[in-house]
Amino acid sequence: MKRQLILEDGNIFVGKGFGSDKVMSGEVVFNTGMTGYQEILSDPSYCGQIVTMTYPLIGNYGINRDDFESVTPAINGFIVKEYEPEPSHWREEESLDTLLRAKDIPGLAGIDTRKLTRLIREHGTLRGRICSLDVDVNEVIEELKQTTFVRNQVEQVSTKSPYHAPGRGNKVVLVDFGMKHGILRELIARQCDVVVVPYNTSAEEILRLRPDGIMLSNGPGDPVDVPEAIEMIKEILGQVPIFGICLGHQLLSLACGATTSKLRFGHRGSNTPVRELSTGKIDITAQNHGYTVDLESLEGTGLELTHIAVNDGTVEGVRHLEHAAFSVQYHPEASPGPHDANDLFNQFVTMMDTAKKTTVLV
Amino acid sequence: MGRRNDINKILVIGSGPIVIGQAAEFDYAGTQACQALKEEGYEVILINSNPATIMTDTTMADRVYIEPITLEFVSRIIRKERPDGIVATLGGQTGLNMAMELDESGILKAYNIELLGTDLDAIKRAEDRDLFRSLMNELHEPVPESDIVHTLDEAYKFVEQVGYPIIVRPAYTLGGTGGGIVHNEEQLREIVTSGLKYSPVTQCLIEKSIAGFKEVEYEVMRDAKDQAIVVCNMENIDPVGVHTGDSIVVAPSQTLTDRDYQRLRNSSLKIIRALGIEGGCNVQFAHDAYSDQYYIIEVNPRVSRSSALASKATGYPIAKMAAKIAVGYSLDELMNPITGKTYASFEPALDYVVSKIPRWPFDKFDAANRELGTQMKATGEVMAIGRNLEESLLKAVRSLEAGYDHIYDTKIANTDTEVLVKRLDKTDDERLFVLAELLRRGQSIQLLCDLTKIDRFFMQKLARIVALENKLTDSPNDVELLKQAKERGFSDIAIARLWNKEERDIYTLRMEQNIRPVYKMVDTCAAEFESETPYFYGTYEDENEALQTDKKSILVLGSGPIRIGQGIEFDYATVHTVWAIKEAGYEAIIINNNPETVSTDFSTSDKLYFEPLTVEDVMHVYEQEKPEGVIVQFGGQTAINLAAELEARGVPIIGTSLESMDRAEDRDKFEQTLLSLDIPQPLGRTATSVEGAVAIANEIGYPVLVRPSYVLGGRAMEIVYKEEELLNYMKTAVSVNPKHPVLVDRYLTGKELEVDAISDGENVFIPGVMEHIERAGVHSGDSIAVYPPQTVPEDLKQKLIDRTIAIARGLNIVGLLNIQFVWHKDEVYVLEVNPRSSRTVPFLSKITGVPMANLATKVMLGKKLPELGYETGYQSESKEVSVKVPVFSFAKLRRVDITLGPEMKSTGEVMGRDTTLEKALYKGLIASGMSIPTHGSVLFTVADKDKEEALSLVERFHQIGFDILATAGTARFIQEVNIPVTVVNKIAEEKPNLLDVIREGQAQFVINTLTRGKQPARDGFRIRREAVENGVVCLTSIDTGEALLRVLESITFSSESMPQMQM
Repeated sequence: MKRQLILEDGNIFVGKGFGSDKVMSGEVVFNTGMTGYQEILSDPSYCGQIVTMTYPLIGNYGINRDDFESVTPAINGFIVKEYEPEPSHWREEESLDTLLRAKDIPGLAGIDTRKLTRLIREHGTLRGRICSLDVDVNEVIEELKQTTFVRNQVEQVSTKSPYHAPGRGNKVVLVDFGMKHGILRELIARQCDVVVVPYNTSAEEILRLRPDGIMLSNGPGDPVDVPEAIEMIKEILGQVPIFGICLGHQLLSLACGATTSKLRFGHRGSNTPVRELSTGKIDITAQNHGYTVDLESLEGTGLELTHIAVNDGTVEGVRHLEHAAFSVQYHPEASPGPHDANDLFNQFVTMMDTAKKTTVLV
Repeated sequence: MGRRNDINKILVIGSGPIVIGQAAEFDYAGTQACQALKEEGYEVILINSNPATIMTDTTMADRVYIEPITLEFVSRIIRKERPDGIVATLGGQTGLNMAMELDESGILKAYNIELLGTDLDAIKRAEDRDLFRSLMNELHEPVPESDIVHTLDEAYKFVEQVGYPIIVRPAYTLGGTGGGIVHNEEQLREIVTSGLKYSPVTQCLIEKSIAGFKEVEYEVMRDAKDQAIVVCNMENIDPVGVHTGDSIVVAPSQTLTDRDYQRLRNSSLKIIRALGIEGGCNVQFAHDAYSDQYYIIEVNPRVSRSSALASKATGYPIAKMAAKIAVGYSLDELMNPITGKTYASFEPALDYVVSKIPRWPFDKFDAANRELGTQMKATGEVMAIGRNLEESLLKAVRSLEAGYDHIYDTKIANTDTEVLVKRLDKTDDERLFVLAELLRRGQSIQLLCDLTKIDRFFMQKLARIVALENKLTDSPNDVELLKQAKERGFSDIAIARLWNKEERDIYTLRMEQNIRPVYKMVDTCAAEFESETPYFYGTYEDENEALQTDKKSILVLGSGPIRIGQGIEFDYATVHTVWAIKEAGYEAIIINNNPETVSTDFSTSDKLYFEPLTVEDVMHVYEQEKPEGVIVQFGGQTAINLAAELEARGVPIIGTSLESMDRAEDRDKFEQTLLSLDIPQPLGRTATSVEGAVAIANEIGYPVLVRPSYVLGGRAMEIVYKEEELLNYMKTAVSVNPKHPVLVDRYLTGKELEVDAISDGENVFIPGVMEHIERAGVHSGDSIAVYPPQTVPEDLKQKLIDRTIAIARGLNIVGLLNIQFVWHKDEVYVLEVNPRSSRTVPFLSKITGVPMANLATKVMLGKKLPELGYETGYQSESKEVSVKVPVFSFAKLRRVDITLGPEMKSTGEVMGRDTTLEKALYKGLIASGMSIPTHGSVLFTVADKDKEEALSLVERFHQIGFDILATAGTARFIQEVNIPVTVVNKIAEEKPNLLDVIREGQAQFVINTLTRGKQPARDGFRIRREAVENGVVCLTSIDTGEALLRVLESITFSSESMPQMQM
């Protein structure tokens, strides 16, 4: 069935609908990863967004039971050049189309995704709507322009109540702002005893769990929309080692007094080079963020710049000069993407081990 | 870190002649490397024996040595030049092997020369099967069960444990020479024995066959700071078992999940780091289709064919970056030249699908074994880009220059289903076409997947192409379907066939309906960043990114895939044309589809369109760019063949007019022209029927030379001595009809002389004349050419020059022309005139210093030769003697007869240059890979007609101390002149026979002139193959033997007893 994407700037892309036939609006973003569509569409950080894959053939290997990054995908729409109705892979359980149907997410195929990507690159992220052809286009454009999208994406995707993933190692409280399973997977792989808590859990409640470390997860949206988390981090900072990823990184920075701002079209893909300033080492990283910590705002926050993006010089990682806390803008848990930065989880474990020793000594 | 300042002078080792397994991709890599090093201000010294390359242009390095890549000659250059460092990882296996030899000889140490980039230990660890396996074990990276064997017995033992099938890979050979998959004892004996022979270290790896796994390759780069990235991964449509150079490959991988992808990425990065590669590296994997299990198949610790493909597929210039890494840069210090904004330390993101299809030489070698295995057989390849797989694949198919416009083959369409299904037992070059045909006949996807182990994903794509064909057949003129078909890459001709229309009807309909392609950019980053590099591909979508500029432009058609008869020489000329167009102030736009070449380096032209070279695709680019005209002279037969239809569609052809070209190529018109110019040619006529051919032959007298008109490389050309042979030829070799006439010419024996000239229509400049060593009848591309001519009398040469000028003027040539003459008695006859750039243009340009393609281009753009500093006439000859020696790839092509004849068989060429003919020949023969021992035995088996001439060779070999071996007949002849000869048994006779003599290395040279059409042909063939299989020099022309003798005589002393005292 023919459907279309209408953008707030008046551009229209007519293609073929798949997945759900629901009408959905959202911020239209693009991801340049050539593999990993299942992980991407189930990454809660995309909550409320319509994700366009720049690689044209999507769905080739289908959907399997193992590669989800959340139980319920939170994207508002999925745009591809071409989706594969008959995937081929030994792990494959169903096709992209049937998954999107089951999860009630509209898909749009057969449009010039490169044109759309170039538009977003030129004009920045745009609002858009996937709908049928029989709508009043001008009306939709007006609506898109007027709409203020919800700002409570974190609330939508965060766990409603805490849960425990038991282990025999360091006790980590993982604050779920829209956590990818990959983060939990990495902690469990390091024998951590993980308690996942909702985004708005207070510092007091977290500390009552007597954690060895706090993990601030990734998540959707603008970090300033999660003030309660910023307050929580302020209180915890200095008491327990902290590791932040993506939104977690932005929240840690905000808690220390830095500022954030929106990037024109963000970093979304699996090929962003990041330089570690102390060693000069480059990691190829998976990224998915629309906001960034302002470089100049780090001055006087107690945070030190540790990583930058090679291509545009934006902040990719910080470390607190006094307290055991560090964070990165990219995704060391990968899934999808390269595993180059995986060692950061080991660094977190080491930080917790060291902190414990120090505590014992004191 | 940045540029190293402790080194100044760098020696770059090239890859030598084009052979199967090592082709134009190393010209591309070498050229990039030289440019990159010069850009950094280093003094670059280059050695390469291949004159047909851009790399060996004097502008590419500070000093260029076109010398044999052997220890002897490279050492000489090292002593003379005293470089600080050597770059050897960009010259293919030849460069690597040379570096290892230099190291072992101690010369690198003696002169304190550093091997830049990847060091030798790393190379050894990757190349030595034993070291590599133990490294993989250390890294816990899985390799298939395997063993190194040095004898056949060891191979038997391994098989007892592991069972069949197994794969045999000889160590340190190019393109897997001598290897193969073994299913039984007989094959084991054959392949292991020959593998051990081919391996310079008498070593074969035998391993458990993992045939049927998915084959995936990763192109990886690493710098000295241990930063490593993946430039590109590629998936072979053909499963493991077919050499990657013979596989249809797509990029990026299509059937791997992100976890699969990252698993292999991690492994390849781990390996490149453990090896300590500084530069590029290629890792080949086998991945199980039903589990997470994978194996490492092989690692190439250097820039390879795959890296050229990956560079063109992604836009990331691997060789250039590898060269910069070799001189100290790290990836994050280098800009990505495509975007000009981002850095080299990132991994390209593709937003299109790339397909590569190999180009095999089986159209030339009917007798060759077409089965594909671990030994590469393709001479070249094509690449195509599309926004979906079907489009990409179909574009690649019609780029092949193999007569295909779709995955449809008439011959296969007329073959029984049963036969076709049976063909799937083995992989051969036509598998894609067989599969498409079987799908058309309703065979199930599942069955075909089971039989071929090709992933269902790919098979479904083929099935969808077939389904769309059916829909088209059912609904002629359906515009919506037409649009769909174009989106899926269908050519107009293919649609026309389904609709019973003419190609032009489809084109017209499309133009009416505004169904035309747009052009998208290859930008390394899937449009995430703005890019500067105008590298485009066409597709049927919405937005067009190619912008026409205000500047006047010229469109140049490239020469397509490298194949026998149309090699790298044409790419050389194409690149020079592009440069000349730029110099002349125009925008130079190129269309080509060969990923291996310099012409498709996006920094060569102002705009690169990576598109098939068909009328349809060229027309689209023409309409997009609206250039002043199109240049077809430099793209070989590929481009020439398009000229007529392009002109018919209103495209101006620049240079020699179509009418003039036709007058040169159409036999009857040409005869008229020569007649009017009073220039003789061998008697001959055009036949349009079998009876006609016989009548002509009877009239002009045997022997006659027969060939189809309009072909390159002498395909299907034969010398026939009597009517019965002629009839046989007409029946088997050609299908003659008024549309495809056959030329019948008197065959004149004599020396062949070749000339290339540049003409502006009035002035004709001749840079040089070449004399061929082998007499007329051996294809000019397969003969040794000598410049300047050594035996041609002055008056005869003048005649030849005058005739060349007369012909150029008479045909009104504007641009290049090539003429082949035969010197018969006291006359020079014209054999053929090629109104275009020829195979000898790079050779002649280099040795005469005349920039032929450049001048020709400027003339075509309107300049007169005198304005460019050249007058009508012949350039005075240089004192130095240069020879062009052909190089063959017979070892790779089983069952191919190596005998030289009118059909071209060589894949490449080398040059030898020195003060005397003998020295030049010595260099040329050595560079071509011939070993020239100065004593030993020569085995003669010659045809009766050659015995008289052979005798003089026998005498001369005897004089310099060689033993003569011969079969009874030949021996009797030799005994008559009192030369000692050892009689060797014929093949049919009892052992040891002459095959054993060859096998056991008892003959250093074999001179064999038993040709087909005669009774002992089969024996002759077996002798020749046996020699090739055993690496023994085998000469099939008395003339080549004579040349070899000249060399031998000049490097050995004769031993004569003192003359008897006169009493």
